[in-house]
Amino acid sequence: MAEVDELLRINNLKTHFYTEKGVVPAVDGVDITVSRGKVIGLVGESGCGKSITALSIMGLVEMPPGRIVDGEINFDGRNILKLAKQEMYKLRGNEISMIFQEPMTSLNPVITVGKQVAEAIRLHQNLNAGEAKKIVLDMLDMVGIPEPERRYNSYPHQLSGGLRQRVMIAMALCCRPKLLIADEPTTALDVTIEAQILSLMKELQKQINTSIIMITHNLGVVAEICDDVYVMYAGKIVETTDVFELFEKPLHPYTNGLMNSIPKINSSKEDTRLYNIKGMVPNLLYLPRGCRFSPRCEEAMDICRELEPELYEAGSGHYVRCFKYCK
Amino acid sequence: MIKFIWKRILISIPVLLGVILITFIMLNVVPGDPIALMMREHIKPDVVARVRAQMHLDDPAYIRFFRYVWDAMHGDFGTSYKLMRPVSELLYKAFPNTLVLTLSAAFVAWIVGIPAGILSAVKKYSFIDNFFMGFALMGVSMPVFWAGLLMQYIFSLKLGWLPVSGFNGWKYVIMPAIVLGWSSAGIVARLTRSSLLEVMRNDYIRTARAKGLQEIFVLFGHALKNSLLPVVTVMAIQVATLLSGAVITESIFGVPGIGRITVSAIQSRDMPLLQGAVVFTTFLVIIGNIIADVLYSYLDPRIKYN
Amino acid sequence: MIKLEDKQMLSDQELSEKADLSGDTFLNELWYAIRKNKMAMAGGIVIILLILIALFASYISPYDPYHVDLDMQLQKPSAEHWLGTDEFGRDLLTRIMFGTRISLAIGLIPTILSLFIGTILGMVSGYYGKRTDFIIMRIADVVLAFPELLLAMVIMYTLGANILNIFIALSLVRWARVARVVRAQTMSIKEKEYVEASRAIGVKNWIIMFRHILPNCLSSLIVLFTLDIPNAILSEASLSFLGIGAQPPAASWGLMISRGKEYLFSAPWVAISPGIAILLIVLAFNYLGDGLRDALDPYMKQ
Repeated sequence: MAEVDELLRINNLKTHFYTEKGVVPAVDGVDITVSRGKVIGLVGESGCGKSITALSIMGLVEMPPGRIVDGEINFDGRNILKLAKQEMYKLRGNEISMIFQEPMTSLNPVITVGKQVAEAIRLHQNLNAGEAKKIVLDMLDMVGIPEPERRYNSYPHQLSGGLRQRVMIAMALCCRPKLLIADEPTTALDVTIEAQILSLMKELQKQINTSIIMITHNLGVVAEICDDVYVMYAGKIVETTDVFELFEKPLHPYTNGLMNSIPKINSSKEDTRLYNIKGMVPNLLYLPRGCRFSPRCEEAMDICRELEPELYEAGSGHYVRCFKYCK
Repeated sequence: MIKFIWKRILISIPVLLGVILITFIMLNVVPGDPIALMMREHIKPDVVARVRAQMHLDDPAYIRFFRYVWDAMHGDFGTSYKLMRPVSELLYKAFPNTLVLTLSAAFVAWIVGIPAGILSAVKKYSFIDNFFMGFALMGVSMPVFWAGLLMQYIFSLKLGWLPVSGFNGWKYVIMPAIVLGWSSAGIVARLTRSSLLEVMRNDYIRTARAKGLQEIFVLFGHALKNSLLPVVTVMAIQVATLLSGAVITESIFGVPGIGRITVSAIQSRDMPLLQGAVVFTTFLVIIGNIIADVLYSYLDPRIKYN
Repeated sequence: MIKLEDKQMLSDQELSEKADLSGDTFLNELWYAIRKNKMAMAGGIVIILLILIALFASYISPYDPYHVDLDMQLQKPSAEHWLGTDEFGRDLLTRIMFGTRISLAIGLIPTILSLFIGTILGMVSGYYGKRTDFIIMRIADVVLAFPELLLAMVIMYTLGANILNIFIALSLVRWARVARVVRAQTMSIKEKEYVEASRAIGVKNWIIMFRHILPNCLSSLIVLFTLDIPNAILSEASLSFLGIGAQPPAASWGLMISRGKEYLFSAPWVAISPGIAILLIVLAFNYLGDGLRDALDPYMKQ
């Protein structure tokens, strides 16, 4: 991957939260690279830090109590962590967009849907109301909303969850951003609607040539849409490779656990119990000594409980944070 | 929309009837024969007999009740015992004064309360926040009549800037309006602050920021309209509180409004006048609440388009 | 998998603590939260002081509150009479101390009474529904249509003006709002599965109401309680001020201000000091109430 293809490079990002009960290292040294036109999956259970990573890129982390204590986020050549507020406003919604998990509550209930999308356009482009409206209608059509003219004047509560999420996508893509961050966009939707939204995103991604960071805890979504995958656990990246390699050869015990947890229809008669990774996600205030996954790891060795592993190369482009692959 | 308004009005009618019923029972039935009460005033027997017949006081209670309702619907609230004039005449003369006072107080409440609430929310925990909220709490905690006396003492007796009492021009409205409006302003300020803080925690505010909207536009373009909805409701409910408070304010400042009539009717045991005043005031409150409901449902698209 | 927020993850113990509303831990958390709020604590201390004054007024007051001394009328505050005297020569400090009894009693008793009546009616109304609900709610609607003070005034007119009737009047005026809130809560809790399960097993209705529904209304009830006490105190003060509440020679603060207003120019302290007392007690209850409500907030969200 040549430098020119690189759109986003996150280097050693550390976002910590200073609470009454102590410091929560929600994101603790994360490295991510996103190339132009690619879809990156960021996988992990709730609370592993993937949403905070996304919010850190957007600059939407609440500070206080949060603080970005270390690291760089290089977007299109610039370290956006060093940007002034005014510069960030120009980037948000324009070159980097984000859509969220809850379509039901992510739209302002007292403003029409059309106006909300139009706002996203007029913020970054010098157009009058009429011109903006035209673009909005085009976008609504592009995301597959029937009767865009009528829907323009609808209020959010008059639309279903699936339609609202489409509106969110329209809002995020109307300025043709270089990077779209999607934080569990389909988790709150029915399975059938989920499939539709995912295929819509795939299509639009190709059309606009946007890069996408797809945050999810659902490996099915990853298989469906992602090119490369990063697996996160307790604030750190524990495995990363391309999607085919990940499903064929998951190396980190945690990734293995996730794969095994997927219920399979054609399993043999012997394993009728659903697999479950034993133990619980650690409290970030009281992290275990050594590897963060070691208390739950079936293959844990003594060294795992003493030292924290680095990311070791286990194959071409395949990195794992586990002592099993330390040479 | 129109259907909604009609429905609200229709529901309110039995409530109004209930109000008249309860007032009637408490003032007519419980204390006993009103003429017996009047007898203490040494009125001549034949006058008493005539009044008795005229007021149908020998009819059973429920007939008297229905007659009262029927008359009331035609604007006739009976005759005042003490002042010997139709109650409706007295009420209609007093009403505009109360209206001016109440509206001025409401105006004060809005003009002071809403900006104070917004500023307090935006500068949470700062000196401004503590100051405004302290002021608001004072307004809610201070007895209206005492505040009135205090203001009279300072601004009329000591400084001589404003007239003590009466109602003959804009200068007379200032103190009563401030006294009456202060507690209302306090409530509005506190509510605006908490409502705004609540709204700012919502997901759609995050979406607005994600679009690249500057913080101040997030506040004015997205947060305010949502946060002011409950404030509108409260303001309309304040109609009831203001009308109650007007009772006291009018007494202290000598404003010839319905409140003062109510108080003097109680003190002189003038039953028809009291009954008329209470029914009329409650009627105003009910109307105020209907207006509030309609306003709210008009402003909130989730209700309007359903 | 239990949903955890990105920002702060909870260990097993903390999770169970947060879910446990009825145990010791709930009260402990509440206490901790109130302790943090300085103004609420100040309010609490003031109230305790006032309660002590009310209880021991006879022992600590310098004079007798009803003792008339026409030689000492309208005296300015002095070493002998710290707050001065009123138009009958009675010591104001003493009368204010005794006034604490009336204010506290009026603050607490009608509030508790109306809470009691309102809760029972509200629960019955919400639980049994249909006719019972309809009747109770229509009556509540009518009561709520009246402006509070106005209704209290009419009741006082009917019953006669004295302190006992104030208790009755204020209780009668307030139950309706409580009933409405409790009814709404009852109706939403009634639908929950564990209530249905209890009924399926055959648990008696009133047991369900007190074991399951009542505890869940608790936080709303506490909020109502804290809001109503200062209101009751102000209402009594207003009624007495207008002459339709406590009657002379009772040491009611409202009554004292009413008498005092005649002498506002010549002897302002007569009217001003009782007002400060009212302000103090109401502020104290309001700060305490605010603190309590803030502390309850995270639990209310459940």
